[in-house]
Amino acid sequence: MKLTALVLLFHLFASTLWSQNVLVTDFKGLEPMLNRQNDTTYVVNFWATWCIPCVKEIPYFQQIHDEFTGKKVKVILVSLDFLKHLDSRLKPFIEKYNLTPDVILLNDPDANSWINKVSPEWSGALPATIIYNRSFRAFYEKSFTFGELQTIVNQNLKE
Amino acid sequence: MKNIISAILLILVSVFQLSAQGVKVGDKAPEFNLKNVDGKSVSFADFPDSKGFIVIFTCNHCPFSIAYEDRIIAIDKKYKDKGYPVIAINPNDPAIVPSDGYKEMQQRHAEKGFTFPYLFDEGQKIFPKYGATRTPHVFLLNKTGKDFKVVYIGAIDDNSQDADAVKEKYLENAVEALLVGKAPMPDFTKAIGCTIKTATK
Repeated sequence: MKLTALVLLFHLFASTLWSQNVLVTDFKGLEPMLNRQNDTTYVVNFWATWCIPCVKEIPYFQQIHDEFTGKKVKVILVSLDFLKHLDSRLKPFIEKYNLTPDVILLNDPDANSWINKVSPEWSGALPATIIYNRSFRAFYEKSFTFGELQTIVNQNLKE
Repeated sequence: MKNIISAILLILVSVFQLSAQGVKVGDKAPEFNLKNVDGKSVSFADFPDSKGFIVIFTCNHCPFSIAYEDRIIAIDKKYKDKGYPVIAINPNDPAIVPSDGYKEMQQRHAEKGFTFPYLFDEGQKIFPKYGATRTPHVFLLNKTGKDFKVVYIGAIDDNSQDADAVKEKYLENAVEALLVGKAPMPDFTKAIGCTIKTATK
C-alpha cells in the first residue's frame, strides 16, 4: 500500500521515462538517487558526450563498475546531453564505449533550480562527480584518474 | 622563527585562495586589455559612454556556447544602444582545444556575424580574475563612479536547450533592472556549461 502511494507520488511529481537502456528524467526523478541512506557506495558522474574531459574519464567509471562487481558499489552516469540528441548521440556513445552502468539523461534545462541541490560547491561545469554512502559524502568538480577513483571508493567501501 | 614563517606562508596561501576565487557581486570588475578578432586590443576605456558591460566568457566548441550564440547577438543588439554592450571573451587554451584558437575565433565571428567584440584571453589570465568556471558564464558590470562593479553573475536564461521554452531571462531581467535604477534580483544564478580548458585542467 505504502509502495503504491510512493509510486503514485513519483509519477505525479517527476517526469520519468525509460528509453531502451537510458532513463530520461527531470531532477525530481534523479534526486532520490543522490540521497540514498544504505551501505552501498554510490559513484554518480555528471557528464556529456560533447564534454572532452568527461569522455576521457568515462572509461575509468566503467572500470570502477567492473572492478567492484559483487561489492556494494553502484556507478550511475548522469548525462547532460540535450534530449534531442538521445538517439543520435547518447545511445551510439553508450554502444561504442560498451557502457554497462545505469545511464540517466537528466532532462531539466533550468539548471539553476537544481545545481545547488546536487552540491552548493558545484558551479555547473562538467565533469562533476559525487561519491557517497551512509557515512561519507564528497563532491568533486574535476577530472579523475582511475587510481584516484579507486582509492576513494576503497577507503569508503562498506563490507 | 619557524612559526613566523609558517604563519606568513599560511596568510599568503589564504590570500592566494581568495584571489583565485574571482569576483563576487558588489566587487570592482577586473580590468583587461585583450586582442579582438580584428587584431585591435579592447578594454573598458574604448567605450567612454558605456553605462556598463555584459561580459560573457564563451567559446567556439562548447555546445552550450553554440546554443546561446543567437541569443547573445540579440541581447547585444537590444542593449548596446542603451549603454550595456556585450564583450565576449574566449578563455580556453587552444593547445587543449584547437577549435578555440584565434583564427577559429575569427572564422566563427564572421560566420555568425557577431555584433560584439570577441576577445582572446591570451595566456588564460583574465578568466581566473573573474572566477569564471564554465562557458558560457556571464558577468554583468555597472558603472559606479569611475569604476565598473559586478552586479550579476551567472546564466543567460533558464533554458539552454530551447530558446522558445525560456521562462526566466535572468540576464535581460538584470539589465532591465539597471535601466530603471534597481539592483538585479536574482543577482547570482548557476548553469551547466563546459569547463574552461587550460593546461592544468
